[in-house]
Amino acid sequence: MKLTKTLMTTSALTVAAAAAFAASHGNMAGSMTLVSWGGAYQNSQTKAYAEPYMANNPGVSMTWDESSAEAVAKLRAMNEAGNITWDLVDVEAADAIRLCDEGLAMEIDHDEVLAAAPDGSSASDDFGDSIISDCFIPQIVFSTTVGYRTDLVGATPPTDICALFDLETYPGKRSLNKRPIANVEWALLCDGVPKDEIYEVLATPEGQDRALAKLGTIKDQVVWWSAGAETPQLLADGEVVMGSTYNGRLFSAIAEQNQPIGMLWDAQMLDYDGWIIPEGLPEDRLARVMDFLKFATDTQRLADQAAYISYGPARASSAPLVGTHAELGIEMAPHMPTDPANSQNVFVTQYDFWADYRDDLDAKFQSWLAQ
Amino acid sequence: MAIESQAIKRPAPFAAGVVGAAGGFLGIFVGASNGSVLLGILVGFVLAAAAAFVAMQVLDEGMERPFKWGLLGLITVGGVLLGGLPGLILGAIFGWLFGWFIYWVGMGRYRVPLPPYLTAGQVLWHYSFRMLCGVIFVFLITPILVVMPLSFNAQDFFTFTPEMLAFDPAGYSLKHYKDFFTSTEWQGALRNSLIIAPLATILSVSFGTLAAIGLSSEHVPFRRAIMAILISPMIVPLIISAAGMYFFYSRIGLQGTLLGVVLAHAALGIPFVIITVTATLVGFDRSLTRAAANMGADPVTTFFRVQMPLILPGVISGGLFAFITSFDEVVVVIFVGSANQQTLPWQMFTGLREQISPTILAVATILVGISICLLTVVEMLRRRSERLRGMSPG
Repeated sequence: MKLTKTLMTTSALTVAAAAAFAASHGNMAGSMTLVSWGGAYQNSQTKAYAEPYMANNPGVSMTWDESSAEAVAKLRAMNEAGNITWDLVDVEAADAIRLCDEGLAMEIDHDEVLAAAPDGSSASDDFGDSIISDCFIPQIVFSTTVGYRTDLVGATPPTDICALFDLETYPGKRSLNKRPIANVEWALLCDGVPKDEIYEVLATPEGQDRALAKLGTIKDQVVWWSAGAETPQLLADGEVVMGSTYNGRLFSAIAEQNQPIGMLWDAQMLDYDGWIIPEGLPEDRLARVMDFLKFATDTQRLADQAAYISYGPARASSAPLVGTHAELGIEMAPHMPTDPANSQNVFVTQYDFWADYRDDLDAKFQSWLAQ
Repeated sequence: MAIESQAIKRPAPFAAGVVGAAGGFLGIFVGASNGSVLLGILVGFVLAAAAAFVAMQVLDEGMERPFKWGLLGLITVGGVLLGGLPGLILGAIFGWLFGWFIYWVGMGRYRVPLPPYLTAGQVLWHYSFRMLCGVIFVFLITPILVVMPLSFNAQDFFTFTPEMLAFDPAGYSLKHYKDFFTSTEWQGALRNSLIIAPLATILSVSFGTLAAIGLSSEHVPFRRAIMAILISPMIVPLIISAAGMYFFYSRIGLQGTLLGVVLAHAALGIPFVIITVTATLVGFDRSLTRAAANMGADPVTTFFRVQMPLILPGVISGGLFAFITSFDEVVVVIFVGSANQQTLPWQMFTGLREQISPTILAVATILVGISICLLTVVEMLRRRSERLRGMSPG
């Protein structure tokens, strides 16, 4: 059978070719693997940092891995296997703290590694409170906040966070994060706990039960989400009348997709997102990453990023440079969670509190969910 | 001479009851989309039963044609009033269906294709069985069908917008297809999938066929144990194989390489090939290889010219399974691959988790199309080869 012979020969050839192809595609000089969240956020990083950097450094190529959601687990596995394939990883602040504690992320001297502000003040002054860990290089401030369907909330759209718990004025389903963070703070606030005492109350078992009891008043009306894209989808479908999600997702649904959605800034939960460098990178890769990092977190780059997504730059010196949306041309400053008009009443995520109580509260919350 | 079943007119209340039940069933869906399921059932039952009763009791058999047209018109107009253009189409379909159904039941036409000696219970079972099969098909197919129109959504959500439901062209767009064909991420994923799946298939087919032939000859020691080990990737939970491969491949430098992903997928595909080829080897007559050897052919020639052509159907279907396994696989590639080897399923998985973008639906629609074409081609080839070998008439 001639046909079979030809088939066998070609298959042998393709296998050999594949082996050669695979060998030549191993870590070639000047390539970097960046880990991020995908979607509009990763797009903003590509446009604001990666493309300008590659234009200046034609020898460097970048590969994006959309694995930030499981970054902690993957970095643990890489560390155990002794095979670190990532060069720079975008994570939420809480994950950065965990990675730093476990020795999976590299501690850095922010003033030495990062560029100073244009006025000469040091990087650590410029980033200020957003440096929540020695391993963490902040990029943006984002917030978890509430969006609502403008056509389903009647004549008086909600203005404060307690609308979430007001089933009489705003009947219908709500979508909330399937984790306690933000939910329990809002529950206590709306149950009459003064804002500055919330974390004290939440540290006690009675306070935790009180928060869950308040959430229990709307439990049968809640759709629980686990990915940030779910609430905009549910709002667009009209499946829920209001729901919590990240402010950038709401901006995108409102301004870019023209959905009948409005948003609350009241009691928004501010949090940081930024880079960490995996511990144990070889010398040449580390040098490459450091060079990119210095460029990607300077004042202008962080301000540029705001043209693509409505998250606030983590540097104080970037705020005045925030311009207009890259496609829509609208001013972006009023859509930043850090804008003074939006930050009248904010929560800043209490990393120390959550580091101590996260496991307990998570377990309690999950068993409450299952009841 | 065969005795033919006759269509005998049934009593009007019987027709009214059966048609009413069908009306009530459809009423569930109409009712659900208009707010009240219970009301839908009730109204559906009453309307359908009344129509059947009128047709059977009041009108004559000669009035069948005018009655059917009248019903079609009435329900269509009702549909337009309730739901605009989509209501028109649904109304026309319902109207035609009920016109036919009323006379089919009322005139006893359902008896015609069946043998005359069947009891009423057997007739009922005959049609309920068919209904059941139909319902199962609908249940299996609907999720796939729903995806297709949604992929033409002009918005970036998984939502049937009012424009789409009104068949307004502005509600539809090809932008998600455009996104798929122009985005470097999706194109890279497509390219990786198209490189990895065929290579993994070739490897699994070559090794799997050889293993099956070896394991089916009787003088090989520990055949059962070897077989069990070889097909274990099919039995062990995927996540465990994946984690094991990850740590093993990391140590030997294969993690994050194209070769590593190809080898991992080949390991997953081999069990399918072994099983299908072993099954065809059962029907293979060993005396043919002895005859070939007797005539001076060496084992390799015997394999390619005698054995291979006869077991080819098993090899091909095993290869198809191996291909689909690799092409659909997401768990192992996430572990063994790195960002350079992102395949289509990986891209769809992360896309669904982070974005919920209809681009995924566009890709899914394209993949469904490709799968249908692939299966059709394979089925046609199989029939052709059976016909050529005289295994089936026609």
